[in-house]
Amino acid sequence: MEKKTCLSLLVENNFGVLSRISGLFARRGYNIDSLTVGTTEDAKFSRITITVTGDEQILIQIKKQLNKLIDVITVIELKPEESITRELVFIKVKTDDITRSQIVEIANMFRANIVDVARESLVIEITGTRHKIEGFFNMIEPYGILEFVRSGDTGLQRGAHVLSF
Amino acid sequence: MIPLLASKLILKCLERENVEYVFGYPGGAVLPLYEAFRTSPIKHILVRNEQAGPHYASGYARESGRVGVCLATSGPGATNLVTGIATAYLDSIPIVAITGQVDRALIGTDAFQEADITGATAPFTKHSYLVKNAADIPRIFREAFHIASTGRPGPVLIDIPRDVQLENVKTPLTWDKVEILGYNPTYTGHSGQIKRAVKKIKEANHPVIYAGGGVILGHAEKELLAFVEKNNIPVITSLMGIGSFPEDHPLYCGIVGSHGFEYSNVVMNASDLIINIGARMSNRATSNLTNFENNIEFVHIDIDPAEIGKNMEANIPIVGDAKTILIGLLEKDTVGEHTQWLSDIELMKVKYPLVYDADPPCSELINPKVLFRALSGMTSDNATMVADVGLNQIWSALYYRIIKDRKFFTSGGLGTMGYSIPAASGACFATLDNPKEIFVVCGDGSFQMGMGELGVIAEYQLNVNIILITNTKLGMVRQLQFDNYGKDHYSGTDLNFEIDFMKLAEAYGIKGFKVDNNADFEKVMPEAIKHKGPTLIQCQVHPDFIRI
Ligand SMILES: Cc1ncc(C[n+]2csc(CCOP(=O)(O)OP(=O)(O)O)c2C)c(N)n1
Ligand SMILES: [Mg+2]
Repeated sequence: MEKKTCLSLLVENNFGVLSRISGLFARRGYNIDSLTVGTTEDAKFSRITITVTGDEQILIQIKKQLNKLIDVITVIELKPEESITRELVFIKVKTDDITRSQIVEIANMFRANIVDVARESLVIEITGTRHKIEGFFNMIEPYGILEFVRSGDTGLQRGAHVLSF
Repeated sequence: MIPLLASKLILKCLERENVEYVFGYPGGAVLPLYEAFRTSPIKHILVRNEQAGPHYASGYARESGRVGVCLATSGPGATNLVTGIATAYLDSIPIVAITGQVDRALIGTDAFQEADITGATAPFTKHSYLVKNAADIPRIFREAFHIASTGRPGPVLIDIPRDVQLENVKTPLTWDKVEILGYNPTYTGHSGQIKRAVKKIKEANHPVIYAGGGVILGHAEKELLAFVEKNNIPVITSLMGIGSFPEDHPLYCGIVGSHGFEYSNVVMNASDLIINIGARMSNRATSNLTNFENNIEFVHIDIDPAEIGKNMEANIPIVGDAKTILIGLLEKDTVGEHTQWLSDIELMKVKYPLVYDADPPCSELINPKVLFRALSGMTSDNATMVADVGLNQIWSALYYRIIKDRKFFTSGGLGTMGYSIPAASGACFATLDNPKEIFVVCGDGSFQMGMGELGVIAEYQLNVNIILITNTKLGMVRQLQFDNYGKDHYSGTDLNFEIDFMKLAEAYGIKGFKVDNNADFEKVMPEAIKHKGPTLIQCQVHPDFIRI
């Protein structure tokens, strides 16, 4: 059975580390739904969050293959019940004088921010879980989405746990 | 601290790793290294094509148990290494490949002889480095040799821009500690899983051991023998596992797979417990196994956790080193009762015998199966046989007997033609102080992919006997064409021009023999073996001899 899984990696900031990871997915035929990279509290390391879809067998292989990469220090699965994951989305929506206030109202209900206002469009910034963002898209779609960009999931384990080596 | 030129530092690092030989080929981007070689105790062997370099390093590594080293210049030199590096990767052979790169400032500009070799080899290197700072050289070299030779061995590439080689560095020469956060191979198995395995082994009625290259790489042959004899469990090997267990042992049950023995596949299919030690369960090995649906229990011991469950679900996974785990198992009570099983196997051997006979016209020339059986009786107890790819490889794998301390090397995972001549030469360099019998087996196709290296063999008078099986065909592909499309569907598999191999041998000053029947082979071979220095023994086999 296919399922979506969110993996969190701690990696050494060495030359080519991102291409090693993306290359691994490409050549073994695993699909990446999203991938985010960022710095950490220590400049020597980066955190990478990858969401993938696959059956249990494939997910186990992916984790093992990632662990084989020398630059990858730790791989953990961010299980929904034990972690927080969020995604940042910018959505540009068509507006006019009539719809503008309706859209703003919806955005407020979702605790989204209006970050750009023009005569015929609005840009909304929303952060949240996949469910929340889907819900927001559903509400806003009828007004006409001009374009959007999604950051992909990023996340941390709950509690005092830290990803270390 | 006195500053040192980075190129000299690199050779000092190799000295520190006890490297004796570097199999290399020069060019502009490694000029500083070659200048440093002049005054270094490390011996540089000029290969005749970089494509052979990693194979020399591989043969050297497999013979000596140490890391083999090859070297090439940037661009075409580096890309020529690609197939050899992939070959070493698929067979888990520890080699370090060093390449020159264009100056740092030129990287990314499509400069003359620039190629992204770390990128090109990423899928089949265990790890790679682009050296951006000469001060990192001692650390990188220590790490590279450590990574190549520990855990599941494999190739590591170090790409060094020319201007880095010319830097002056003040850095400690030695770098003893290796601290790689993301690299920590597991050697000892999980005690819970071992406990489960012990129980299964004791209870099994039809157990077999399936031994792979991991037994050889882990130097666990003695422990395997002890375990087998204690428990009376029959042993089947993979192609890479040839040499892990003596073939004259009563519990030896042959080689499995599409190119294995029929009886071995039958035995494997009749088993109820497979104890896999260091074998990959590749598609070529398992394609004849039909019984996996029927409750075969499967204990999988491998140092690489990613191998376990990759091609086949393991009931009991044990991640660890073959030797350590076998030593652990030897202390446990695993002995079960399966005398019936062993006598059943004897019946299977009788029911599916090895077939040596051939019909005319094949029987009018050399019968290669008989040839390799006969050769088994002529070579020393520690001879090394290096087989190329093709029918010649399968015949030698199946019919030449690896007993006592004999070794068998071949390109099992990638099946790279042209492997045998440079790999056997690498093995010769590993034993130069104490020469032993080293044999090449190759076909007329594969010989022509590796024959440039005869120059090295002649130059160093390497003690190698090249058994060249000529059938004027790319035999194994021809066999596939026959099996898949029928006998009138040969295409692109004729080596039409008949080369005078005796003249070729003469041109290199290599002693040549040509035989077209088994009796003559058995006459000349002892003479060839006795001959000091290289020999070429051309053995003519009928083109239609395509059965293994
Ligand atoms: C580099 C490479 N190219 C192509 C092949 C495909 N191939 C496998 S066996 C074979 C024929 C080998 O011919 P030869 O060396 O004469 O051996 P024979 O089978 O005749 O004994 C070929 C072309 C390969 N394994 N490696
Ligand atoms: Mg041939």
